[in-house]
Amino acid sequence: MRILEGEGVTKRFGGLAAVEQMDFHVDQGEVVGLIGPNGAGKTTLFNLISGVLVPKPGRIEFKSENITGLKPNQICRKGVARTFQSVKVFSNMPVFGNIYLAALFGNRNNLTSAEAAQEATDLLEFVGLSAVRSSSAQDLTLANQKRLEVGRALATKPELLLLDEVMAGLNETEVAQTMELVNKIREEGITIVMIEHIMRAIMNVCDRIIVLHHGKKIAEGSPEEIATNETVVQVYLGE
Amino acid sequence: MVTFLDIVIAGLLLGGLYALIAMGLSLQYGVARVLNISHGEFIMIGALTTWTLFQMGVSPLVSLVICGLLTFGLGFIIYRTIFRRLLKSSPSIAAFEGSSMLASFGLMFIIQNIVLIIWGPEIRGYSYLAIPVDLAGALFGANRIVTLGFAIGIGLAFYVFLSHTRMGKAIRAAAQDQATAGLMGVNINHVLALCFGFGAALAGIAGVLISMSYPVHAFMGFEYTIIAIIVVVLGGMGSIPGSFIGGFLLGLIGSIVTYFEPGLALAAYYAIFVILLWVRPTGIMGK
Amino acid sequence: MKQTTIDIKNVRTLGLLLIGVLLLATLPLYGSPYSVIFTTSIIMYIVLTVSWAIFSGPTGYLSLATAAFFGVGIYTIAILGEEVQLFAVILLGGVASFCLALLVGALTLRLKGVYFAVFTFGLVELIKHVLLWYEIKFTGTRGRFVVVVDNTTIYYIMLAILITLLITAFVIRRSKYGLALQSIGEDESAAAHIGVNVNVVKTITFAISASFMGMTGAIMATRWTYIDPYGAFKSLYSFMPVLMAIFGGLGTFYGPILGATIFAYLEELLITEFPYYYMLIIGSILLVTILYMPNGLVGVVQRLQRRISGGRGANP
Ligand SMILES: Nc1ncnc2c1ncn2[C@@H]1O[C@H](COP(=O)(O)OP(=O)(O)OP(=O)(O)O)[C@@H](O)[C@H]1O
Ligand SMILES: [Mg+2]
Repeated sequence: MRILEGEGVTKRFGGLAAVEQMDFHVDQGEVVGLIGPNGAGKTTLFNLISGVLVPKPGRIEFKSENITGLKPNQICRKGVARTFQSVKVFSNMPVFGNIYLAALFGNRNNLTSAEAAQEATDLLEFVGLSAVRSSSAQDLTLANQKRLEVGRALATKPELLLLDEVMAGLNETEVAQTMELVNKIREEGITIVMIEHIMRAIMNVCDRIIVLHHGKKIAEGSPEEIATNETVVQVYLGE
Repeated sequence: MVTFLDIVIAGLLLGGLYALIAMGLSLQYGVARVLNISHGEFIMIGALTTWTLFQMGVSPLVSLVICGLLTFGLGFIIYRTIFRRLLKSSPSIAAFEGSSMLASFGLMFIIQNIVLIIWGPEIRGYSYLAIPVDLAGALFGANRIVTLGFAIGIGLAFYVFLSHTRMGKAIRAAAQDQATAGLMGVNINHVLALCFGFGAALAGIAGVLISMSYPVHAFMGFEYTIIAIIVVVLGGMGSIPGSFIGGFLLGLIGSIVTYFEPGLALAAYYAIFVILLWVRPTGIMGK
Repeated sequence: MKQTTIDIKNVRTLGLLLIGVLLLATLPLYGSPYSVIFTTSIIMYIVLTVSWAIFSGPTGYLSLATAAFFGVGIYTIAILGEEVQLFAVILLGGVASFCLALLVGALTLRLKGVYFAVFTFGLVELIKHVLLWYEIKFTGTRGRFVVVVDNTTIYYIMLAILITLLITAFVIRRSKYGLALQSIGEDESAAAHIGVNVNVVKTITFAISASFMGMTGAIMATRWTYIDPYGAFKSLYSFMPVLMAIFGGLGTFYGPILGATIFAYLEELLITEFPYYYMLIIGSILLVTILYMPNGLVGVVQRLQRRISGGRGANP
């Protein structure tokens, strides 16, 4: 079943088409990788899906419902959550507070504060941040801040999770841990789209990969197909 | 009979002054990131100093140099002592913009009231070059024409300085991105202090020119600050050519509104300002 | 264990507050007429500061529109004071400011940082000059007389506004909307992405804070008997709350109250005889606070306390 579908999605900044005439879809339960060179338009596509930007022209559907033009908070409450490439945790709040807020405001079931607190505690355990629950978010390591963002996104009980380079800047061990986390999330039945530059991670975790270049989709397929696709190889070697 | 041309000329005469004032503020905000609310106080210092010197027999044209140097020094020192400290202790540029604006409010109160304690609140004026000159059939004071000449001259000189000299390029690099400018071997602290000083000097010089045609008093600064802010918003925050053009534009608008409804000129400025911020916060020249 | 100490502290705070309210409520019985007038001024500044801090404190949006909402209240009573009953006029002043704030809030949702500050500031001047033009052009006179109300009544109304405000501020701070406001201050875009309706939260809070300013303007205007646009829309009323809040310490409950009290006292002491020195001192305090006391007076006190209690000292 299609959970997300985009039709002719386009976004221009002045003369530059950051995303151009993109058709894409994501099926329920899939893990889709979104790759492409720097400036290809990956983050812009996330911004379009999550409502920061509005496609013009273009149309985006979530669970067969048109969500084009909705505000980020509305899209969040429909069941789409995301993380940010440049980490956006609530720096001066405790780790727990970050997740608690998301459970309080993002969950469609309008949790009571007790339920939200319980949810936040469970999620801290799930992403492995229980030990630092009272620390200020700004005092965490980058790896932990990225985990916190994942936890915060999950607290809104999403059906679709958009991960923007959650592994960038992490060391080997941390990358491995994050891959594990992604697998754990998928086992919860949450559909994932992830932007990543670390090929090993993408190839290992994803069911399907979409390749963007200059705002256009240049290839799409299973990890094996992408690894051997000539245009893709050219784009990456031509860098 | 007042013709359309007269209104335009009056607008240009006014606009030259606005452009000069706004370029100073634009430099301070665009590069040093200080939305300097005490900008008008530097104008007031220039004007009052010129008046004082005039009483002692010093020509306002000489005062241009004296006040330019005086306000430059003052601005430079203020940046080095206050704003640099603030920049260092601010977690982000956005935080610095907020706190530096508030600090400049404090400066405004301080400068204005020191002047009030020394000079008192009296309104003063002197007569200089008040010979009427015929411009396209309407009479304008020669002092206003001198003002316009200087405003355009200084504006152009400044533009050339920014686009053709090494220091000018360093300043523009700093306006784009302070970190990169630092990497390019530009002594960023020095450049920022210089910019703030230049901005203050433009205000001081504008003050001298204003004193030739308008009354001078300790409370005069604030209105010019407001006009400078409006022009800077109009021209796109931090764009110096934008401020130059914006100044003339606002002068024209002021002159037209004054013709039809004199009481509404200031209100019209604010209306433009509020509407512009609302529909196009990047200004007419912004992207 | 930590929980119980907090509870004890809460009970003590509540007790102190009750005693404070009781002392204030009976002031006209034992205090001199002058003390009633002076305390009214202090309360006015506290109300302006705390209501400013409700919105600007957590969100970090620097509003300079206080004078606009205060002035709208002043003009409400100047226009309606003769015809409508006092309490109703005061409420109307609040409602008018509330509506203006909703409008302004809706218009300025996209403005950030200094743009917002400058916009709100321009708003005050815009209203002032349009009003001035209108009065001169259509009514032919500048300014109006305001109904006279006795000082004790003004005092009790201000006290009632203060208590309502403190309760409102406390409730907002403790509720989930307080958290939402804080998250907006931390990162607005992230807040939106976890489902916080940032526009609504911001606008409503802004309007609530404005309504208190409007009510205050309406009642305080009766003390001045005559008002004109210059007096009613004085930009100083926009700066003072900012100054008092920052000086006292933003983000704390007591900070703004402390700051307002000190400044009202300074004003009372200096403004009539040494107005220039008063403004000079205000400017200097603002500058020194920003440069050396990022957490205001409350921050300084806390730091001292920590040092005295022999704790970790200046732990970054
Ligand atoms: N708000 C914006 N205004 C103007 N241009 C933008 C904006 N956001 C992105 N762009 C431009 O759009 C293009 C695509 O940017 P985007 O951030 O989507 O790339 P990306 O694929 O995420 O790259 P990276 O791998 O570096 O994160 C870039 O050229 C970028 O400069
Ligand atoms: Mg990106």
